[in-house]
Amino acid sequence: MALFQLSRRDALILAIFALVVITMPVWTAPFGANYPGLMQKFAIYAIFAIGFNILFGLTGYLSFGHAAFLGVGSYTAVWSFKLLTMDALPALLFAVLISGLFALAIGFLSLRRSGIYFSILTRAFAQMSYNLAYSVLTPITNGETSLQLTLQDPRLIDLALAPRGAGLPTASLFGMSLSGLSGFYFCAVVLLIAFFFAQKVFASPFGMMLRGIKSNQMRMSYTGFNTRPYALTAFVISGMYAGLAGALLAVTDPLAGAERMQWTASGEVVLMTILGGVGTLIGPVIGAWLIKYFENIFSSFNEGILGRFFDFVPAPLHDTVVAIASKFVGEGWQLTLGLLFVLVVVFLPGGIMEGVRRIGALFRRRGSPPKAGAMRVQPAE
Amino acid sequence: MTTSERNVVLHVDDVSKNFGGLHALSDIDLEVEEGQTHAIIGPNGAGKSTLLNVIIGRLAPSSGAVVFDGQVLTGRKPHQINQLGVARVFQTPEIFPELTVLQNVMVPAFAKRDGAFRVNILRNVAGEAALRDEAEAIIEDVGLSDRRLSHAGSLSRGDKRRMELAMCLIQHPRLLLLDEPTAGMSRHDTNTTIDLLKKIKARGMTKVIIEHDMHVVFSLADKISVLSGGRIIAEGLPDDVRGNIKVQEAYLGGAHRLEATH
Amino acid sequence: MDAILAQLLNGLDKGGAYALIALGLTLVFGTLGVVNFAHGALFMLGAFCAVSFRYLITLETVTVDPTQTTAWGTALEVRTPLAQTWFGDWGAVLIDWSVPLSILLAIPVMLLVGIVMERGLIKHFYKRPHAEQILVTFGLAIVLQEIVKAIFGPNPISQAMPSALRGAADVGALIGLAPGALTYPLWRLVYFLFSAGVIAAVFGFLRFTTFGMVVRAGMADRETVGLLGINIDRRFTIMFGLAAVVAGLAGVMYTPLLPPNYHQGMDFLVLSFVVVVVGGMGSLPGAVAAGFLLGILQSFASMNQIKSLLPGIDQIIIYLTAVVILLVRPRGLFGRRGMMEN
Ligand SMILES: Nc1ncnc2c1ncn2[C@@H]1O[C@H](COP(=O)(O)OP(=O)(O)OP(=O)(O)O)[C@@H](O)[C@H]1O
Ligand SMILES: [Mg+2]
Repeated sequence: MALFQLSRRDALILAIFALVVITMPVWTAPFGANYPGLMQKFAIYAIFAIGFNILFGLTGYLSFGHAAFLGVGSYTAVWSFKLLTMDALPALLFAVLISGLFALAIGFLSLRRSGIYFSILTRAFAQMSYNLAYSVLTPITNGETSLQLTLQDPRLIDLALAPRGAGLPTASLFGMSLSGLSGFYFCAVVLLIAFFFAQKVFASPFGMMLRGIKSNQMRMSYTGFNTRPYALTAFVISGMYAGLAGALLAVTDPLAGAERMQWTASGEVVLMTILGGVGTLIGPVIGAWLIKYFENIFSSFNEGILGRFFDFVPAPLHDTVVAIASKFVGEGWQLTLGLLFVLVVVFLPGGIMEGVRRIGALFRRRGSPPKAGAMRVQPAE
Repeated sequence: MTTSERNVVLHVDDVSKNFGGLHALSDIDLEVEEGQTHAIIGPNGAGKSTLLNVIIGRLAPSSGAVVFDGQVLTGRKPHQINQLGVARVFQTPEIFPELTVLQNVMVPAFAKRDGAFRVNILRNVAGEAALRDEAEAIIEDVGLSDRRLSHAGSLSRGDKRRMELAMCLIQHPRLLLLDEPTAGMSRHDTNTTIDLLKKIKARGMTKVIIEHDMHVVFSLADKISVLSGGRIIAEGLPDDVRGNIKVQEAYLGGAHRLEATH
Repeated sequence: MDAILAQLLNGLDKGGAYALIALGLTLVFGTLGVVNFAHGALFMLGAFCAVSFRYLITLETVTVDPTQTTAWGTALEVRTPLAQTWFGDWGAVLIDWSVPLSILLAIPVMLLVGIVMERGLIKHFYKRPHAEQILVTFGLAIVLQEIVKAIFGPNPISQAMPSALRGAADVGALIGLAPGALTYPLWRLVYFLFSAGVIAAVFGFLRFTTFGMVVRAGMADRETVGLLGINIDRRFTIMFGLAAVVAGLAGVMYTPLLPPNYHQGMDFLVLSFVVVVVGGMGSLPGAVAAGFLLGILQSFASMNQIKSLLPGIDQIIIYLTAVVILLVRPRGLFGRRGMMEN
């Protein structure tokens, strides 16, 4: 069936990627990152970034409000848990659907403009969603206390099948509990499906048209394409990816708060995408993993750990070095993130994937300079 | 001859275009017959590109209308006009710099085959053998075969222009608008392009061509309109225009000399 | 009637802050063509100039007064703020007026920050796409706010206004209403007048100095001015510094109204972009008008009558305005036709 066909190269990439994802508990062990909570985040944020890249990387529209869809996905999933069942599949389904509708509405309006205006519009919509989630929408979002499961939730489907147990339930798949490692494997399988779908988009004529829009939107319309529905489709797809990621966050921890919609979350996915490599398939995944890994490691550092880490520094300097370094870890992790942001945009606008390509080119033909600027961040204008 | 016998496909009907106080086009009437090559010449700033912009829907005329094959183009969106069979080569190449030459030429083929909008993620571009073969043949025609996997942004200006021509030709447009298609090309490439355009003409494609190079104009044109200051000051068969005194004057004032040879 | 007038007044101080930030954003965009997402951070830095200034002048020296003893028989330690040590009795006045006085610190500091920022980073992005400008300045904004957080901590630090300006002005009496019918906090009035003054100064500077004339010409047509052999780049650097100063001053004077916190820059940034968009990208009068307009609009939206009619409207009014403007009239209220209209 055409639906499941991939080119030989893509099939190989998918196979390798699947292997990497499935064996994650093994290869993350030496980094001390092999616990389910973190690996779940690796999978979930990779989905978020892959979807964002379909809009930014392929189509060239820089959205600064994608966290809104992440939040919508989480809220929808938790409501599905509360009202219907703790099974993860309906939650994901509803989340993708609702965030897709949400993206359709916001995208329809935002895509009337391009360039910075588009960025500002998406930012404005996200900010409105965030503000509303904290104020008038509290009946739906539960405001600052976050939306959570309670012992009184109706859970119509679950309770029709079995009596209410003691304590709060956890998300499940056909009765199988999705906590811990099984939760990770569930996220991993969803990631592989999401990756496969992105591969299909990248290789398809549709993906090629999106690249055309990014490269020269005017040429596209004089070539006979109605560009707006193309961009809108890309927007909705990436909104659905974000909703899916949000729902998975709720599956692994049934809780949804408005802070998920904050500008920091929107900025983070932008950074993941450019750090890994805008417009590449693997890049956003690598970006997401690196950022989530360092966030986890750095934010758990404290002066004690740093002190031991900098043991090799001679005594008079030791305390100063530790004091400075401590500003970049723990609470100061955001500072490192901001610096990283600046450094990547300045020195490596094509991200890690461009770095890899440059090094590869260097090895292949020594002496001749690598072709620069093949993958610059380009706005649609 | 009456209109019906002549079979006019493109009517530019009393079109004017003002930019603020500037009259870029004043009461332009133009009729292009099916299968013919209609050249528009005139000094810089005469309004030639503006006329093409009005035809393809990039600019709305201040007054007047454009009719193509019985359909009013004025007021339609650029992509709709293209879907009716009108394609254009721009004065400054409009291409997809980040894509390869082959991809650049394939993209328009999809517009022709799949229409203005189609979400097609089941297929694979690599599996589109028919389109690919056609694109490669046309790239061969314009002489870019050896560059077909290069990024279009790295081509020379003349090569970009030839590629843009290929992008238009793959759509088999019924009306092809060419805005200085040989500017920036070497003598040899210009001649190749002339030959190519003659070949398409044999297939019956209607063309409107803007050129400063009179060698190109007199090699290709069936009819010539001379535009100056936003008005058509002369129109006729190539030989008539060549001898027209008003045209000589318009050109002597401008930067170009009206000579068939260089 | 009084209520409407009161809301009008309430919007003025916030509007003043929006206008000042948007003015700088517009100057930078108009002259350098740079979309500066770090501009809000400059507003925040200004606020922390005020915090630092007060901190400096209230640093205490500890002396031992041998003539007096405490109840335990030890000598009394006397703590004197630095300002008092230096200026005697005037020191207390100095501390009382620290917020307006910190302008003296803020001007050189912000000028320096602006120039360093432009020379060190922004200038490399003139020719790069807007998306990259947004990304790099966004990163810079995070860096700046996190540095401030590392130094001053995550909690807001409230700043007292001078005691003389603490009360409320009876504005109603001035326009013939009954005494006390319409009062307005003095400091807000001061803020409004201050922002009006700064705006006037900027416009005057652009209008009546040669420097300003060159900059305005450059905003209209950079290429031509460059061709005249005028070193436009140096002027633009100074322009950037000036924009930073304007944002910084807006921040300094705003501290009594909003205790400075490290993330206020990001909060105001989106708002001031909205202001720029509503006013019209690249239009200085537009930025000012839209700033006040939106400030007033916001204050009306937070009236209880309106909130009960349209719940939540106060939370989104500004963004909603921006969305409507962008969709209906993308060049904004005062924007030039064709200027960034798609
Ligand atoms: N979008 C526009 N806005 C304002 N004026 C324009 C615009 N486009 C063209 N013009 C003006 O209209 C006139 C005609 O321009 P046009 O580009 O049609 O000339 P042209 O005949 O194609 O010249 P050339 O041989 O140099 O290409 C010129 O004076 C030009 O400056
Ligand atoms: Mg022209």
